[in-house]
Amino acid sequence: MATAQTRNLSRLMMAPAVIVLLIWMIVPLVMTLWFSFQNYSLINPMMTGFAGWANYIYVIGDPSFTQSLVNTLILVGGVLLITVIGGIFLALLLDQPLWGQGILRIIVISPFFVMPPVAALIWKNGFMHPGYGMLGHLWKAFGLQPVDWFNQFPLFSVIVIVAWQWLPFATLIFLTALQSLSEEQREAAEMDGANAINRFYYIILPHMARSVTIVILIQTIFLLGIFAEIRVTTGGGPGYASTNIAFLVFRTGILSNDIGAGSAGGVVAVIIANIVAFFLMRAVGKNLDA
Amino acid sequence: MARSVSVQAKAGYTIAAWVIALVLFSPILWVLLTAFKTEAEAIASRPTFLPETFTLENFAAVQERSDYFKHAINSIVVSVGSTLLGLVLGIPAAWAMAFAPTKRTKDVLMWMLSTKMMPAVGVLIPIYLIFRDLRLLDTVHGLTIIMTLINLPIIIWMLYTYFKEIPVDILEAARMDGAELWNEIVHVLVPMAVPGIASTLLLNVILAWNEAFWTITLTSGRAGTLTAFISSFSSPQGLFLAKLSAASLLAIAPILLLGWFSQKQLVRGLTFGAVK
Repeated sequence: MATAQTRNLSRLMMAPAVIVLLIWMIVPLVMTLWFSFQNYSLINPMMTGFAGWANYIYVIGDPSFTQSLVNTLILVGGVLLITVIGGIFLALLLDQPLWGQGILRIIVISPFFVMPPVAALIWKNGFMHPGYGMLGHLWKAFGLQPVDWFNQFPLFSVIVIVAWQWLPFATLIFLTALQSLSEEQREAAEMDGANAINRFYYIILPHMARSVTIVILIQTIFLLGIFAEIRVTTGGGPGYASTNIAFLVFRTGILSNDIGAGSAGGVVAVIIANIVAFFLMRAVGKNLDA
Repeated sequence: MARSVSVQAKAGYTIAAWVIALVLFSPILWVLLTAFKTEAEAIASRPTFLPETFTLENFAAVQERSDYFKHAINSIVVSVGSTLLGLVLGIPAAWAMAFAPTKRTKDVLMWMLSTKMMPAVGVLIPIYLIFRDLRLLDTVHGLTIIMTLINLPIIIWMLYTYFKEIPVDILEAARMDGAELWNEIVHVLVPMAVPGIASTLLLNVILAWNEAFWTITLTSGRAGTLTAFISSFSSPQGLFLAKLSAASLLAIAPILLLGWFSQKQLVRGLTFGAVK
């Protein structure tokens, strides 16, 4: 059916979207690369010219970079650990026969719809504040000293907030995957005398493997760019204790007006994301043949 | 569906699930309740559950202090505007890929997805400078353009997965009957595609509404959306807990309602059709 005419027509229909995305992908990225090799500061206009690797050496050589990189890994890893394990557990629970399943689903998914700065500020002021936060009241009720979360455990506090936002997402995906597991398959396994643990290991887990991979990869993409939660709670501090790569680039490029060094950090962020993206594309690509 | 379990087991599962769900929901519940308390009650050393004196003055104060309605309108314009623009660009592209696929269709789709992988900070600085030079910083239309670009891949992917499910035979039959392309689109494709387009629209409005990187970095006073509005509460000034709650409630309530309606499509949209 694909005549030359339809082919041309479909090219025409795709053209606007493709061109727009092509520009969006290439222009800023080339500019970031270009700036990263330039001496370019918004504060000091005298500083110009080719910088060679100086920006990279400056950014990567600074202790704040190593700390931000480690923080990024802890942040992504910590949130993934909580959301994947918690999500599987919660999805298995919600998949059981329950009263009020529909309402439960809606309640559980809700945190995902809360915009990041709201989520962060609720946790910061309503829950984690040592003076009037709910966790402080809870600690006092047990006769304990309230914890000053953001000063004592800044990165951990950010992890808790972000995990709270993403646990619903993981749960919902796992639940969807679980519900597509056919009832016959489970019943057959039950008839064959497989106990709950065996059923989980040999039937449920392999069936969920794919959705676990997808959740890990998609969340990683978003988690690498965590920004608002840090901006409104710790501002990256104390010191650099809760600064990740995304926030470091913002801090260097926009707050300190060092375009060259900020761009070098941006390039590093792109490289890290690309490594993750490579795996995500392969996982999603497999599904496309259907 | 119904697996046979004892009533005790069902009751046990139900209680466990409700306890966990309510713990997860507690921050939202806290906002809902605190928004109607007085500031003094909000920070009382013995916290109350329900507001003792029910008050609406926090909402008035929030509007007074940072003009909720202006920010809400900005949010609506940016999220709805960028989604509509995205649909205008995305519907033809997804239609072409779903109904006239070529050898390269898969590569194009994967490439579009890959643009979504690019971390925002990687392009923050050039975008910031371009916006500064074109005087797009802190403008609603500038923000709308960025939001369209970042959500376009998701729009195309979602539409593609929905369009793929429309049986091609029906289109072929329409073509056999000598229907013109335009008629084919209006009478056959549109009615079947509307549910998919509606879900795509809904999810993208939600995503754009909650986007909190570009909305914060590219706006200040004038074009600030609700994410920027809320961020202005990050440095506390005096008694502000109840006002923060009122502001938060106003910022999340519309999208929470939309989200509840679209939770099923959410799975599909955010996994690029990989989990249905």
